[in-house]
Amino acid sequence: MKKIITIIRKEWAEVFKNRMVIFTVLFLPLIMTAIPLGVLYSTRSATATTNTQLPSEMTQSLCPGISSSKDCMQIFLVSEFMMLFMLLPVAIPVTIAAYSIVGEKTTRSLEPLLATPITTMELLVGKSLAAVIPGIVATYGAFTIFVVGSWIMLKNRILLTAIIDPRWLIAVIIVGPLIAILAVAFAIMVSSRVNDPRVAEQISMVIILPVLAGFFGQVAGLFVLNTQLILIVGGILAILDVIMLYLTSRVFQRELILTRWK
Amino acid sequence: MIHTENLSKKFGNVMAVDGLNLDIKEGEVFGFLGPNGAGKTTTVRMLTCLIGPTSGLASVAGFNIGSQDTEIRRVVGVLTETPGMYDNLSAEYNLKIFGELYEVKNVKGQIDKYLKMLGLYDRRLDAAGTFSKGMKQKLAIARALLHEPQVLFLDEPTAGLDPEGAHLVRDFISELKKEGRTIFLCTHNLDEADHLCDRVGVFKAHLLVVDTPANLRRSVFGRKIVFHLSRVDESLAQMIREITFVREVKVIDNKIVVNIDNPETQNPQIIRKIMEAGADLQFVGELRHSLEDVYLELVKSA
Repeated sequence: MKKIITIIRKEWAEVFKNRMVIFTVLFLPLIMTAIPLGVLYSTRSATATTNTQLPSEMTQSLCPGISSSKDCMQIFLVSEFMMLFMLLPVAIPVTIAAYSIVGEKTTRSLEPLLATPITTMELLVGKSLAAVIPGIVATYGAFTIFVVGSWIMLKNRILLTAIIDPRWLIAVIIVGPLIAILAVAFAIMVSSRVNDPRVAEQISMVIILPVLAGFFGQVAGLFVLNTQLILIVGGILAILDVIMLYLTSRVFQRELILTRWK
Repeated sequence: MIHTENLSKKFGNVMAVDGLNLDIKEGEVFGFLGPNGAGKTTTVRMLTCLIGPTSGLASVAGFNIGSQDTEIRRVVGVLTETPGMYDNLSAEYNLKIFGELYEVKNVKGQIDKYLKMLGLYDRRLDAAGTFSKGMKQKLAIARALLHEPQVLFLDEPTAGLDPEGAHLVRDFISELKKEGRTIFLCTHNLDEADHLCDRVGVFKAHLLVVDTPANLRRSVFGRKIVFHLSRVDESLAQMIREITFVREVKVIDNKIVVNIDNPETQNPQIIRKIMEAGADLQFVGELRHSLEDVYLELVKSA
């Protein structure tokens, strides 16, 4: 465990000196938080000054337990943007993993590292956690800021409970880390074939596409993200994580790294 | 301390190391010489458990490669071909990482000790990326020694260093030799090997020869004695050629170069012949071939 912590600390000391990583870890969560908060603020102002009404059946269907169609519209619009919080556990770990792993190749520091008594699994876990933890912390942090911001703006417990409903808590708390693990495992796989951190990052970012598809699919009304669907997605992600971690541990072997990851 | 039996490594169809047999004693400095691509780095990687052999056996410090890799990594230190430092991190932090990974008990003490020994202590807080190549190499040597390894693998320790830096590193290796460490030195610098190594092995996919530098010189070129005369004539050279133990005689300007096996006992006889012939013998010396000559001869004929 000590060696894993050493690797994590080393990774953070190194990657957080990289401007691209700092930008991604700091500003991306802020942007992703500002968008739903901005939507909440603007819909609140708009619904206060217009007489737009949703049919009562639609209100009941979209927002069970909420009688005001204006409140329902607000909840509906904000929830459309909640998927943005699922981008953070992909983008941040991929950026860090791309720099931490391919960076070792470009600086040729991997060989002395592999010559130490650290096991391959300790190294892999250390590097993966160094990438996953900031992604999860940033996601949780951004979501907390969103919750506090929403509370300040709404000051309505029922409305707040409706916006921050269990499906988003499940998504952020459980699905977020599962996505982050998948993203890092994928980034490690990609880094086995490339030598440039930017190329590794760009290719690894492919994994963001399913999340974006989910976002646009929901906005376009192709499906409704309810608790059941999020749990199913979480289950699939957990299986994919196990498969990807297995594949990564197969790929991440000292000999392969030194003789092929040039 | 290092033992290999038919150690081989194949990459695809390329046989990088072919049936290597080595026995290196404790406290010995062994020079591993060979052209680029000969398989030296592959051998070091196998002996430091970075890659596995295709066939054959090897043990380092009593631990077997393949089944006791982690134990081997604990007791060996490796200086890789390139220093491979974390350029954004300070020299001290670079060493701290490795001190922790090697489970060094007094990490801070060991870091300070080696940074001072290698003259880097005053720059310990500077990023490794700001160091010159020589300083990085010294830092990499410190990293390889932090855990006080029994066996040290040094892959081109003075490559790319200026003469002063190379001299400092060589002196440092001499000090390590005095401490009784076993050192496996890969180098292209044959003077370095000549001065530092107890034995050298010339390697080109397989081991061509292993011996002390002095014995190698003898076995490849024999011993050549140069007799400086005021004047040389062919009859004198012919007279020396007729002596039974003389293997070869060459005349170069006013010198007669004689190849014999045992100058200590055979020289007096030759000198007597020269004196009897009435020649003026000015002085006698032994022609020393460099290890480079030996190496080139061996590699050429391989």
